[in-house]
Parts: sequence; C-alpha cells; structure tokens
Amino acid sequence: MRCIKCRGKAVIDLRRHNAAFCREHFVEFFQGQVRRAIEQFRMFGPDDRILVAVSGGKDSLVLWEVLLHLGYRADALYIDLGIGDYSAASTEKVRRFHQQRAAPLGADLHVVSLKAAYGFDVDEARDRVRRPPCSACGLSKRYIFNKVAVDRGYDVVATGHNLDDEAAVLLGNVLRWNMSYLARQWPVLPGGRGFVRKVKPLVRLTERETAAYAVLTGVDYIVEECPHAVGATSHVYKDLLNRLEQQSPGSKHQFLFQFYQQGRSQLKVEERPDLRSCRYCGQPTPGDVCAFCRMTALLLDQLEQPGGGAAMDSSPAGAQRSTPGAPVSQAGPAAAPEAEPASEAGAVN
Amino acid sequence: MRIFMRIPQPREWRFEGRRSVRSILEELNINPETVIVICGDTLLTPDDVVEGDVEVEIRPAISGGSGR
Ligand code: SF4
Ligand SMILES: [Zn+2]
Ligand SMILES: [Zn+2]
Repeated sequence: MRCIKCRGKAVIDLRRHNAAFCREHFVEFFQGQVRRAIEQFRMFGPDDRILVAVSGGKDSLVLWEVLLHLGYRADALYIDLGIGDYSAASTEKVRRFHQQRAAPLGADLHVVSLKAAYGFDVDEARDRVRRPPCSACGLSKRYIFNKVAVDRGYDVVATGHNLDDEAAVLLGNVLRWNMSYLARQWPVLPGGRGFVRKVKPLVRLTERETAAYAVLTGVDYIVEECPHAVGATSHVYKDLLNRLEQQSPGSKHQFLFQFYQQGRSQLKVEERPDLRSCRYCGQPTPGDVCAFCRMTALLLDQLEQPGGGAAMDSSPAGAQRSTPGAPVSQAGPAAAPEAEPASEAGAVN
Repeated sequence: MRIFMRIPQPREWRFEGRRSVRSILEELNINPETVIVICGDTLLTPDDVVEGDVEVEIRPAISGGSGR
C-alpha cells in the first residue's frame, strides 16, 4: 500500500477515508483532525488554559501530546485511583511522559491520589460499599477533574474520548431511547454555574487511529486495560459498531456525525434543575449534599467501623477528612457530578 | 514468524512461509478495524507480507470501562 500523499510505503490504511498514509502524513492527518474538531465545535482558543485528563492510556496521552504540539497551553491532571498494579503502572507511564515530553514544553502535571486526598480508593469502594468500581471511579473522576480545574483557574477540561467512545455512548442511548441523554450528547459540555467546560478533541478519530498515532510517535502508554473494564457493556457496543464498520467503512462516523448534524437539533434540552451548594464541600448540587460527598461519607464510615451503618451527618466527605496537604484544595465551587450529562455520567464508554 | 498478543490475554502463534497480514488476521478471526499490527517501531498494513524470523504484535485498540 502506498501513501496517498507522497506514494511512499504506507504504515496505515484508513478505509473510512479511502486512504493510506506513511508515518509522516498520518501524523499530519491525525493532528489535522484534532485541529478540525477543535474549530468545528469551537472547543477552545489559543489563549485558553486547558487541563487534560490523563490516565496513562493511549487516548489521553496522545491528546496531551497533540495539544502541546499544536501550541496550546495544556497541563494535565492524573488521578491515582488505587487500582492495584494497574494504577501503579499508569502512574509510571504518566510521570515518564510528563518528564520526557511535556515538561520540556513547559507543561505541568498535577497528580491527585484518591486515597491520600479523600481517604479511600476505588478497590475499597468496591469492597466496602459494594458499589460497582466504575461507578465510584467515574463519580470521583468527574468531581476531582472539575474541582481542580475550577480551583486552579483552567478554562476547559479536555478528555481523550474518541469516535468509538462517543458512537458507543450514542448507541447505548439510542437503544434505551434516553431522550434527555441524547439531547445533551455533544463534544462540548458547556461550563457555568460551577462547572468548567469539557471538550473531546479526539471525537473525529477512532481508537485504532489513536493507538496507531501513539506507536508511530513513540508515546509510551499502558497497554493493559484496567481490570474493571473487563466485560464492560461499552465493549459490546464497540464490537458491534466495528463489525458494521468492517462491512461498511465510515459507518461509525456517519452514525455519530449525522446525529450531531441532524438528529440532535430535533431534541429539546431539558432545563437543568436549580443548584445549591453542597453542605459539606460547597460545590453545586441539586440536593443538599453532592453525590461525591454522599459516597465519601458512606465509604469512610464503612472503612472506620467495619459493619457499621452510614452516618451521613457525622461524615463530611472529602473536606474535613482529607489528609493534610492533599493536592486538592477543599474550598470553592466546583462540580455537582450528578448533574452532569449522560454521556459523561455514565452509561458507556 | 511469531505472532503475539499481550492483551486481553498473552497469546502467541507461529506461522510458516510467507503470509500477508490480511490472511493472518482472517485466520485468527480478528476484525482489522479493532487492532493495530506492530512490527518493530512501525505498523503493517493488510497487504504487507511477513516471513522468516520476524515478530509481529497484534494489539487491540479498543478500551474503556463504564465510568471512564
Ligand atoms: S474501567 Fe472502570 S474502574 Fe477502571 S479506570 Fe475505567 S472507569 Fe475506572
Ligand atoms: Zn506520505
Ligand atoms: Zn460535596
């Protein structure tokens, strides 16, 4: 196969674009797609301060690499979730990437340990309150990313969600005809009222393309999956969509982008509920106590008194109990995770 | 040639003679849309032919848990 730009030996074929590229022209194509998504969805401008949510996986590290390469002011936040060997290996990948490729360009890395800052980790959440690990994990990540971004004055949080992720979320929402989630599915979640804007600059690129970019540019990512990802519904949806893609290249892109261009405008976005300040952490929430503080209170109570019941009133989560010197400051407005849109809150990806 | 995967579980296969990447993926029943095929520091396309002592990694690109 030959590169469609220079006729050199191709290293990747992209059937959905009826194209093949050599290393140099694939890198150029990939970065062009990121730039195009940023402009198409007006994600951010050259002066915005961006906080990239990195996990050590290919998508988020590649996103950070490309944003820096394109000249954006992009720092990153990594959360150590305390998931055994997986978290240890991820931490190592992120630190090394920062040291070797981001710090030389002036970018900062913030690291928050869930255990050190809030007193529990994802594995303890699973064991003690029998909460599905991905639910505790997702809630913690949404809360902490938003909180750090707001506290540290970032304009936008960028995540590594790609075309496969978003198409799988769309399929999940369509299978349930979840109209309110569908109405909010968009590569930009607007900020305001204590929420920082969230964007997905890889939305025009597939996971395979992102993995290829990582290998071809030497981005060393954690190849192993989080042990809790095994059997995720999102894998089933992605598999279905990829079978379709194999038969009919371009299907995933059509499905997602035709929805963005035509389907979504037909849907009415419901008014968000009124928000007030969480009694414990001060962040906006539709209720009295935000979902993260409710979970933290329950967990800390269980961790301190095995077998004891939850004592909400005596357990101001996160705030008072966090380890002194924890990287996350405790005051100030930030996210109400339960008020986040569906594609984030949960179902798939 | 040695063909291997690290995830979801470590696996490996040996093939003799000259084989195209396409035919290897077909034989292993792997959807080419879900993997990259790595040889050294570069990637192989379906029409590339491998032979001899080479080592080729087939790496799934699909990831993610439900709270990602
Ligand atoms: S698979 Fe689940 S537990 Fe693991 S990092 Fe992803 S969301 Fe968290
Ligand atoms: Zn070329
Ligand atoms: Zn709270």
